[in-house]
Amino acid sequence: MDGLAIEAAELVREFKDGPRAVDGIDLGVAPGEIYGFLGPNGAGKSTTVHILTTLLPPTSGTARVAGHDVVHEGPQVRAAIGAALQEAALDPLLTGREHVRLQASLQALPSSERKVRADELIARVGLSDAADRKVRGYSGGMKRRLDLAMALVHRPSVLFLDEPTTGLDVQSRTALWEEVARLAREDRVTVFLTTQYLEEADVLADRVGIIDHGKIVAQGTPAALKAEVGRPTVEAIPSDPADRERAAAILARFGDPCASTKGIAVRLRSDETDLAEVVRALDVEDLKVENLQLHQPTLDDVFLAKTGRSLEGSDQAEEEREAGEVAVEAA
Amino acid sequence: MSVFGDQVFQLARRSVVRTVRQPANVIAPLLFPMLLLAVNSGGLKAETRLPGFPTSSFVAFALAVPFIQGALFATMNAGTDLARDIQTGFLSRLSLTPMRGVALLAGQLGGVVTMSVVQGAVYLSVGLAVGVRPASGGLGVLALFGFAILVALGFGALGAFAALRTGSGEAVQSLFPVLFVFLFLSSMNIPRNLIEVTWFRDIANANPVSYLIECVRSLIITGWNGQALGLGFGIAATIAIVALVLASWSLRGRMAR
Repeated sequence: MDGLAIEAAELVREFKDGPRAVDGIDLGVAPGEIYGFLGPNGAGKSTTVHILTTLLPPTSGTARVAGHDVVHEGPQVRAAIGAALQEAALDPLLTGREHVRLQASLQALPSSERKVRADELIARVGLSDAADRKVRGYSGGMKRRLDLAMALVHRPSVLFLDEPTTGLDVQSRTALWEEVARLAREDRVTVFLTTQYLEEADVLADRVGIIDHGKIVAQGTPAALKAEVGRPTVEAIPSDPADRERAAAILARFGDPCASTKGIAVRLRSDETDLAEVVRALDVEDLKVENLQLHQPTLDDVFLAKTGRSLEGSDQAEEEREAGEVAVEAA
Repeated sequence: MSVFGDQVFQLARRSVVRTVRQPANVIAPLLFPMLLLAVNSGGLKAETRLPGFPTSSFVAFALAVPFIQGALFATMNAGTDLARDIQTGFLSRLSLTPMRGVALLAGQLGGVVTMSVVQGAVYLSVGLAVGVRPASGGLGVLALFGFAILVALGFGALGAFAALRTGSGEAVQSLFPVLFVFLFLSSMNIPRNLIEVTWFRDIANANPVSYLIECVRSLIITGWNGQALGLGFGIAATIAIVALVLASWSLRGRMAR
């Protein structure tokens, strides 16, 4: 595993009188890669981040970050990493600019650089207008962006983001995603991102590790993981409920029936099937449909396949499904 | 300035800025000790007619109390600020920087000490305005500020220790009444040798706060009193050393990384 930015082997963390929060994790993240660590609340994501950032010692196993052992070379690890932990840890009584400057001085940046670096980062995260306001007046998105700016003060090579967009509105989330993607693309920063949002992992991560009950249950690129669990499905809702049987017969030409809560659904036999073919077949039979959708497999399907249950606590599951599907409203 | 010195300075600055931006934390340590001084000076001035009372001015006698009372407020402010840093995760953020734990403690206490100097200046100015003249002169005033700094350091470290042990601002605030009991069971309102109730006199004799008050009092009303100064500085230094050791030990646990 030489040359990896983050590597862990058989990493375990047990808490007193509790279950194993982290239960034998192995992972490797290449330099410049965005690694999405996806799992429900309590899966062990944050505990893993705390171990990798030296805030918590592992019970057993080893981990190296930026080439340094997290247990024996803590100062070297901390010098190489930036972290924005789950709650934006900010002082409500200080301004945004004061936060970044304080962080710059604690990171031992030369005093001549601090102002320039603070201004540059504040501008980069879009907080120039609010920089001299106290943080207690900031929105959740602004706090997250400030948190990110502080994590970047000392130009870390590895960045840990623990659920960076939880509770943010769509606009703030998108802005943060763009900045994280830019950091990896342009600055070659390795990003270890924990999330419970399927869409976030799908959009941002080069590779995803799915964690459940402290264990990694699946790991790979989002496309490869989704390909593992199966082919897309087509779901149709006839305009006239009396046409359900006819619709089922038509769709059966393209795939095998599968469960649908609202209409008729089939799992396509071939990835090559075009939704237009289905539309044409329905049109030839003069069957009107209220709604026709192509569902691509999602990371939630991957989670379901690997754990036997849906990703708990993910309000975004439905949004992600919608983002991955092509909907055609029947005429 | 060295990196360490700069970090301590920045953290002390943050501590002062936070205090200044919370008006209650500035006003309470200034206003309440002065109110207590005014009430006691009005209600208890007849004490000065007791045989053996060390001064004819009760204000001069009672002016020592605000210095100790202000230090109690410092305990609360230092402790609750640190507890808030723990609760909000700010301490974890600091733990991820190359900063040494001792810089955090020194910075936090630096802010407390700065505020104690400001408070001391206000208390002394009020005393001077109502006619109190420190018997120990200009050097005595310097000694008085040195002592105020030492006491604030000790009590501030005590508050920091409580915060680091419990991680709870509420737990730190619950210390306040306990410390106030120590204040009221001391010689704050009457010299120990004039306390007639035996149990009260015994408690006042055993109470270290009595000696802290008497150290300040000696500088104001009797001049250079070696015994009072030795006991006061000795006890304040002991409190400061013990509290700093405990706070450092707790901080090491909190910032275990």
